[in-house]
Amino acid sequence: MKVQLTINGRRFDREVEPRQLLVHFLRDLGGLTGTKVGCDTSQCGACTVLLDGVAVKSCTCLTVQADGCQVTTVEGLSRDGKLHPLQEAFWNKHGLQCGYCTPGMILASHELLRTNPDPSEPEIRHALEGNMCRCTGYQNIVRSVKEAAKTMAGGSQ
Amino acid sequence: MFPAKFDYVRADSAADVGRLLAEHDDAKLLAGGHSLIPILKLRLAAPATLIDIGRIPELKGVSVEGGALRIGALTTHAELASSDDIRRQAPALAEAAAQIGDPAVRNRGTIGGNVAHADPASDLPAVLTALGATFHMTGPDGSRAVPAESFFEGMMMTALQDNELLTAVEVPCQAEGQASAYSKLPHPASRYAVIGAAVRLTVAEGRCTEARVVLGGLTPIPTRALAVEQALTGKPLDDRTLQAASAATADGLGDDLLGDIYASAEYRKAVAHVYVRRALAAAAGRLA
Repeated sequence: MKVQLTINGRRFDREVEPRQLLVHFLRDLGGLTGTKVGCDTSQCGACTVLLDGVAVKSCTCLTVQADGCQVTTVEGLSRDGKLHPLQEAFWNKHGLQCGYCTPGMILASHELLRTNPDPSEPEIRHALEGNMCRCTGYQNIVRSVKEAAKTMAGGSQ
Repeated sequence: MFPAKFDYVRADSAADVGRLLAEHDDAKLLAGGHSLIPILKLRLAAPATLIDIGRIPELKGVSVEGGALRIGALTTHAELASSDDIRRQAPALAEAAAQIGDPAVRNRGTIGGNVAHADPASDLPAVLTALGATFHMTGPDGSRAVPAESFFEGMMMTALQDNELLTAVEVPCQAEGQASAYSKLPHPASRYAVIGAAVRLTVAEGRCTEARVVLGGLTPIPTRALAVEQALTGKPLDDRTLQAASAATADGLGDDLLGDIYASAEYRKAVAHVYVRRALAAAAGRLA
């Protein structure tokens, strides 16, 4: 089936099998390997992307369901060579160790700050329930999100 | 993991769904896909055709009509949790929807898909049964409405036929002197309900005139805890009554209880009263 997706502002017209998962389109056809396949059962959140601006798990979405939609992956967050405040904060606060969960963590945090620009620590932990870090890095992930919220409230992005 | 091959068609309207269901043998309806896609990936199901109903405008939206909430089948859990109408008129439903999975799951999963799938570990079937919801569906013989209590027929089995489309869920608006609440023990990884307790209490002149107490998660279909309901009816909703009533939770649940490696049936049966008590206390607190 013919689909047309706009990924990080770039248009992709492709022929895909209806059974193809969005995460495979992004990685295999889009060449955007920032998005990870983790548990593959919509629990770990490593595959989180924004679909029309809203966080979804791309391992549990068919490419054909995203036909005509805008997709944002971690590669699409930076602007003019400048990292997004969330990316900066994850870097500064050491919000990652191996980095496998990081793209999903950042996009799930993006969803949180979209709906709640000044979250408390419990709210951050609750919002990231669907994203798992197996390096036990949650403390610094929470600090990263807090710092990003502060930066973004300052109007830098 | 990826699904076995299937054909994919997109429906533009409810009438279109009827036509496509008639044309395609062995077809399944796809809404948000958060129940269906995992099953396809595990190859527990391999339908020949998926009919995507996810973009049909008439299946979306929440409205209040004639004393009831009318919730389009495509309403997502995130929308249920944040809708002012639902928070006001059916607090337990908003409360339960906010506890499904995680934010990304709630952005995709729909109320219609959830109840049509009828996973016993799901949250909404118990809540909708406690709130006295009605399910609206259309098929080749026209439209019909089925109350929640007869909709769920068994584990992952419902009154919805293969050639029917679930269009909306109707939930009575909260009446004067009424309150509802939901309390659950979530599985730590999947967030599915190991035990879910949904209650709706009605009081008049300081006494409980009606109690609906429904358990999910540990039973194949939503199950009313009749002994608890009886122990509440006619009494003032003080701590003592709630304590005594919730202690009766295990009575009448029967032996057909679910258990798994995380929580055995015996364990669930033993602790279910805790969640019933929490839900009762929350609802009673809203009436105070």
